[in-house]
Amino acid sequence: MSEPKQTVPKPIAGVSGYIDDRIGAGNFLKRNLRKIFPDHWSFLLGEIALYSFIVILLSGTFLTFFFKPSMAHTVYEGSYAPLRGIGMSEAYKSTLEISFDVRGGLLMRQIHHWAALLFVAGMMVHMLRVFFTGAFRKPREINWIIGVLLLTLALAAGLTGYSLPDDLLSGAGLRITEGVLISLPLVGSYATFLLFGGEYPGFDVIPRFYTLHVLLIPGIILALITAHMILMWVQKHTQMPGKGRTEKNVVGAPFYPAFMAKAGAYFLFTFGVLAGLGTFAQINPVWLFGPYNPADISAGSQPDFYMGFLEGSLRLMPAWEINIGSYTLPLSVIIPALVPMGIIMTGLALWPFLEQWVTGDKREHHVCDRPRNAPVRTSVGFAGITFYGVLWLLGSNDELSVAFDVSLFATTWFGRIAVIVGPIIAFLISYRICIGLQRKDADVLGHGVESGVIKRLPHGEFVEIHVPAREDVAAHLRGKKEIPSLEAPVDERGIPAPGVRGLIGKVRLTLNRAFRADDIPLEEGHGHEEEHKAIGAGSGHKADH
Amino acid sequence: MTEHDENSAGWRSPKRVVGTPSPAESRYTLGQAEPPSPKTPVIEGVEPRDEGKGAERVVALCFLITFLAGIAFIVFYVMFQVGTIEKAQISNLALGGTLALALLALATGVTVWVRAIMPKYHLVQERHPLVSDEATRDEVGSTFLQGAAESGIPKRRLLRRTLLLAVAPLGLLPLVLLKDLGPLPGTVLRHTVWGKKTKEGKERRLIIEGTGNPIRAANFNSPGGILSVVPEGYEHDLNELAKSTLILIKFRPEELKAGTNKNWTVDGIVAYSKICTHVGCPTALYEQTTHHILCPCHQSTFDATDGARVIFGPAARPLPQLPLGLDAEGYLVAKGDFPVPPGPSFWERGDAEAEVRAKGGHA
Ligand code: HEM
Ligand code: FES
Repeated sequence: MSEPKQTVPKPIAGVSGYIDDRIGAGNFLKRNLRKIFPDHWSFLLGEIALYSFIVILLSGTFLTFFFKPSMAHTVYEGSYAPLRGIGMSEAYKSTLEISFDVRGGLLMRQIHHWAALLFVAGMMVHMLRVFFTGAFRKPREINWIIGVLLLTLALAAGLTGYSLPDDLLSGAGLRITEGVLISLPLVGSYATFLLFGGEYPGFDVIPRFYTLHVLLIPGIILALITAHMILMWVQKHTQMPGKGRTEKNVVGAPFYPAFMAKAGAYFLFTFGVLAGLGTFAQINPVWLFGPYNPADISAGSQPDFYMGFLEGSLRLMPAWEINIGSYTLPLSVIIPALVPMGIIMTGLALWPFLEQWVTGDKREHHVCDRPRNAPVRTSVGFAGITFYGVLWLLGSNDELSVAFDVSLFATTWFGRIAVIVGPIIAFLISYRICIGLQRKDADVLGHGVESGVIKRLPHGEFVEIHVPAREDVAAHLRGKKEIPSLEAPVDERGIPAPGVRGLIGKVRLTLNRAFRADDIPLEEGHGHEEEHKAIGAGSGHKADH
Repeated sequence: MTEHDENSAGWRSPKRVVGTPSPAESRYTLGQAEPPSPKTPVIEGVEPRDEGKGAERVVALCFLITFLAGIAFIVFYVMFQVGTIEKAQISNLALGGTLALALLALATGVTVWVRAIMPKYHLVQERHPLVSDEATRDEVGSTFLQGAAESGIPKRRLLRRTLLLAVAPLGLLPLVLLKDLGPLPGTVLRHTVWGKKTKEGKERRLIIEGTGNPIRAANFNSPGGILSVVPEGYEHDLNELAKSTLILIKFRPEELKAGTNKNWTVDGIVAYSKICTHVGCPTALYEQTTHHILCPCHQSTFDATDGARVIFGPAARPLPQLPLGLDAEGYLVAKGDFPVPPGPSFWERGDAEAEVRAKGGHA
């Protein structure tokens, strides 16, 4: 496989030959060993999530060797003195034993919990990267949908895992889960009785959550991650716009040896950081909370961060409840539990299709958009982040009210208003910023950049010399693609094209116009050495001339 | 999926004139021309690094650290036993510290190796349209139709319909099987053990949570005090506690307003359900000066002097009040169940408060 005089060392050649004889792996390797992976820091975000999941699998498997998923009553007589003689569930007792009587047990528990947080956080930021760069566009819609499913499943995995230790804090989460489930119209009380095996809390929920947590949910996650990776491999990575990068190529480093080694190093970094967190940053010290008892609660209890937005929306909600005949619709539970999550998850899942419908853009896209060049998308993204962020912040409004010394009710009212007004403001601001940045790009291409060289003209005026932007910078900027228009096709008799006819067609056309409004065209070549007034250089130029 | 490996061809045969600037030189510093590279790349897109012993030594040092940290982990595993809080924490520090060090040092080593020893890459690989060509599509299409025709599915209606019929119930089996996960709710959500006499046929006493002691009304005399209370005989029954736990507050009689049923109080002592009517957290916080009961979960706030009506927050209904009385020995007992189901709302609950009021009761 290599140059004439070099040969692959015997042991490797032997094994690979054996395998190739049997499954023909050579053809696959020939195509893929030097597969090209483009480089950009933001492409690592998804990897963080992937490696966290591997750490979750490793640490979680260790925990299963010692954890007893049982709600049977027992009395603690172990090595943690403050809880000796106290009645508790087997699950809580075994969690204490993992923490105090198994070497490395506390470490694995804390690594598992930190890895869970990093897993979800990594996925969220990765998803934002894909969203803002438009990497979800054709042909990658399927992978985007898989991503949305993964995020949902990760929340489910976190919820079920958090409930397992059966301490007072995890019980509070479980109680809220029950309160939400039972509030569902028609099926609520039945679903609760099925899940809990009768009345809350019963004796079944922890073993059942355990099966979901260690088998069903991770199984599905693993399958989806595999599919995600295969699709990524087949479709190849997207790349940022830049010199020599086109829709038809991939520019970067080869899988073997550079990308492989880098990926290995990132896994080790992720694992190493998680091990460091598990060592030095205490998380979920269950022994401090005591065993679960539905009659008690520890004040100021906070869920894991990814549940914060649900907590916040429950807190924001005014007390609405309506009775229809002899039935009750507890809107103050159903709305906050389902609507924000529904908006976010459905919105995420549908966005690629919505955008494609509005732009009519059926082309393949392999070069990423820079967020500024798709202002509507970017602004919708920021509006979404603001919506989520307000809910998330309000999930700890009790802490906020203490920290800023304002009344709790004031924080709630602030949140009720901000959750509606905030996203609108965020949309408008980010829209302006995108347009401003586009102008700046157009300016750089049109007039070049300030060289820092000041020249004195014969009549005494000082000007600064502008030079064209460096080639690779210019290439980066030139990566901008025009957003397609649905406008054009009106035939000679004035009948619009089929796609924009009728009421829905009009809506579509209007959205399309909004999507394209303020698209700043890039214009080049106003002399390669332009001279600008030194005072206020460059500022007197409108980009759209 | 076909992929050419132009890049690996290019990798062997130099195309670029030696000495011209490499396309790999791309650090984005606005507007500055870069000095020409002193290196002489041999293969397009693969730019060797300066051979320096320095980088290799750094990498080797990192690998050595990992080796030592790995050994230390094993040593510490044996050396530091666990069994108390302090010991567990020391062991945690020792094991976690060495594990983190080993992993991070290895990661650093490999990164330096990639960045300082392996070449700098700027390889280009062609993309090919993902869609298969027209001929292939047509062939797959006709193969599909041919196969379908051979199977007989399009023609044989009876076969098709009975197949659908056959699988329909099979799809339902898993759902049916799940039924035994739990019993049907029936009316258990509407009642608590407070409505039942004890085994001895007496009225059920109120027990202070945690201590197991009954409460003599005369001894609970500090106005503003609050107690968490559980039903006698069910002190450790979590299912019962999840709906029957009470808070007990003592008021001066003139403090109580119309919302509180004074007939259900004893010497100004009032009992409300402790289970929040929002989603069921224990409403454990009490502000003495304002007489507000506060739920720590989503901050629903109830006025304890006025039938625990909601003042703020997402809870939509007051905390139900329990009728209190005294037994022969002067202990607080329940005179009956809550007039309405306690805890979170559910579909079949209906407007239980209105029903009670319609019957002339207090809720
Ligand atoms: C898929 C993503 C997963 C997430 C987000 C996740 C999250 C969590 C969380 C937050 C806890 C509570 C930990 C604590 O502080 O005690 C937990 C506990 C646990 N998890 Fe996971 N986990 C995941 C997968 C797994 C897997 C794959 C396994 C087993 C193979 C596993 C086994 C366990 C066990 C045994 C516990 C209880 C141990 C204890 O609390 O001490 N988990 N999980
Ligand atoms: S459970 Fe009490 S306010 Fe939500």
